[in-house]
Amino acid sequence: MSLSETDRRTLAAVAAILIPADSALGMPSAGDPAILADIERSIGRDGAAVAEILTGLGGANEATILDRMAEPDTAARLFGRLVLGAYYRDDRVLAALGHEARAPFPKGYVLDQGDWSLLDPVKQRPIFWRKDA
Amino acid sequence: MTTQHDKVDVLIVGSGASGAAAAWSLAETRMRILCLEQGDWMKSDQFPSNGRDWEARRHGDFDILPNRRARAADYPVNDDNSLMKVANFNAVGGGTVMYTAHWPRLHPSDFKVKSLDNVADDWPIDYWTLEKFYEENDRMMGVSGLAGDPGVPPRHPPMPPIPLGKTGSLYGRAMNDLGWHWWPSDTTVATTEYEGRAACINLGHCTPGCAQGAKASTDITYWPLAIRAGVELRPNSRVREIATGPDGMATGAIYYDADGREHFQPAEVVILACNGVGTPRLLLNSVSDKFPNGLANSSGLVGKNLMMHPWPVISGYVQQPLDGGRGPITSIWSKQFYETDPARDFVRGYMLQFNRGTGPASQAILSVGAGQLPWGRDHHKTYRELLDHRVAIGVACDDLPEEHNQVTLDPVLKDSNGIPAPKIDYTISENTRRMMEHGIARAEEILNAAGATRIHCSRTVLNYPGHLLGTARMGTDPARSVVNEWGRSHDVKNLFIVDGSVFVTGGGVNPTSTIQATALYIADQMKQRLANLFD
Ligand SMILES: Cc1cc2nc3c(=O)[nH]c(=O)nc-3n(C[C@H](O)[C@H](O)[C@H](O)COP(=O)(O)OP(=O)(O)OC[C@H]3O[C@@H](n4cnc5c(N)ncnc54)[C@H](O)[C@@H]3O)c2cc1C
Repeated sequence: MSLSETDRRTLAAVAAILIPADSALGMPSAGDPAILADIERSIGRDGAAVAEILTGLGGANEATILDRMAEPDTAARLFGRLVLGAYYRDDRVLAALGHEARAPFPKGYVLDQGDWSLLDPVKQRPIFWRKDA
Repeated sequence: MTTQHDKVDVLIVGSGASGAAAAWSLAETRMRILCLEQGDWMKSDQFPSNGRDWEARRHGDFDILPNRRARAADYPVNDDNSLMKVANFNAVGGGTVMYTAHWPRLHPSDFKVKSLDNVADDWPIDYWTLEKFYEENDRMMGVSGLAGDPGVPPRHPPMPPIPLGKTGSLYGRAMNDLGWHWWPSDTTVATTEYEGRAACINLGHCTPGCAQGAKASTDITYWPLAIRAGVELRPNSRVREIATGPDGMATGAIYYDADGREHFQPAEVVILACNGVGTPRLLLNSVSDKFPNGLANSSGLVGKNLMMHPWPVISGYVQQPLDGGRGPITSIWSKQFYETDPARDFVRGYMLQFNRGTGPASQAILSVGAGQLPWGRDHHKTYRELLDHRVAIGVACDDLPEEHNQVTLDPVLKDSNGIPAPKIDYTISENTRRMMEHGIARAEEILNAAGATRIHCSRTVLNYPGHLLGTARMGTDPARSVVNEWGRSHDVKNLFIVDGSVFVTGGGVNPTSTIQATALYIADQMKQRLANLFD
């Protein structure tokens, strides 16, 4: 689904208010052009929710946008999920969070063994599952 | 025009956890065995963790809910009248493609709830009947875990457990402080190379398919062996109904191929393995003069007693960074509160399942949903305190059978072939509600002991574990059960059911190891009775 020019402008304004830039932390705004393009590309099955939110928020101020997105309805939930999904896979965002900007496969990750000695007291416990006869 | 096929000896409908196990077990008989599956083979290079959009796809073509996912193989489900939503996956491998691979067994007491606690009914078989099939299934699926758990009967996982990691160690310390039982979870994620499967490389959450092939799904465990042994698997084949003859025996199945063409597949024996929603749906759709209320339904219990395991999740955040989403979500379990305790205000009990954290996008989505991550100016500051700091405990509540919890046919909703879709009516019982509250309070104590803050639990949005049980229960009394103690329909002597529908009670654990052990047991019973299977 591609947006009309008006909806595209509303999306940029809304996204920038939902997640503003923070230069000290190195975080772009969700209104950044690359992130906006990713959001738009990802609308897919959420077209109705996006249309509902953008139509309702055209020209709205910050307080109205934040109030609308705090409502516990499906449109706000799906629209928010779309923005967050695109934002938190942006290379700059992941780098600023100390995460590698890549798919999990094929490299995977390392998981520490952790402290197996913690299990020693549990091993000392008598059997306690209930007998059936 | 209906395409007629050659008759097979055994027709299995559904290729998931149970259908695969039954097919493999029966293959040694050298009978002609065919499995019809409405979904297709999955390809590991198409699983989400191959791409940068891996988290977003969990809300799209890999959503756990078929209504949202809406793949061609999916059928819609009307679950509006249920707090618990139906999660499943429809493909070769069924729900094992889309599961978390947590692998506890039922306890011996779960089979005897009437005798021990005077609720519901005992199963007609016991834990010890299934024990050797649990073991066989663990070898076939490939289980990682640690023997010696005092909270469960002895078992012998063939691979070492998943690492505790930082998150598991934190939980272990908290549980030791409280003096409560915990143990590394058994899981079907391979921690070493196993029977041609690669070892886990911690891709993150295992649920929406494992690109590494380390998670056991039946398309990569049982099916290759069953096919090599001569079983035929016909994907993209959606069964509309089981046909019957004038003698009341099943004659085969009417199904649609991917192009919507109708076929008739005759068979000597029919085995249903479509899960606790798909199987009653199929039986209720198989109406004839002889079976006006649906097939195998003289008891009126087809579709009744649905159990879904209400599963609240209690989350919190600690100061130190943990494993986040790097590694399988499963880590440890606790059976501290599993068995009935007369001092409590409910019978039966629950398992606690301890989770690792999530990936970056999922973390944000969860926290916004919980009202813990604001939009706007404070977003970044709060988010940094959450990502990789998450701890979460699921309470897997035993679910006792109640007839009003049921699968029926929706009068309006249909799938893409025009087959009536299932409708779910399900409420959480008072006993389970009390159990949930007990579990939530204990999980909060654990998270407090672990130093977590921002503790959160929703009572309205629960985890939907995809456990679909009880809708064609097993029993010796034809008036009180759908299949007998070895899985054969009381009414139709060449019709068997091997999936989670046959559960008499739900237990308080993930069910798939028991579903498969039961399927292997039923297949074994069939093999022993081949000469007089229909007597
Ligand atoms: C998100 C999620 C997480 C889970 N995590 C765990 C876990 O950690 N541990 C655990 O033990 N369990 C887990 N489960 C549950 C597990 O997936 C199921 O218990 C198990 O797959 C059920 O096995 P089954 O054989 O009864 O049915 P399924 O595996 O569901 O197989 C049924 C098959 O039948 C096919 N079918 C249905 N109707 C028809 C028809 N009319 N014609 C042709 N084919 C049909 C379906 O397409 C499907 O492939 C999870 C499930 C989900 C969805």
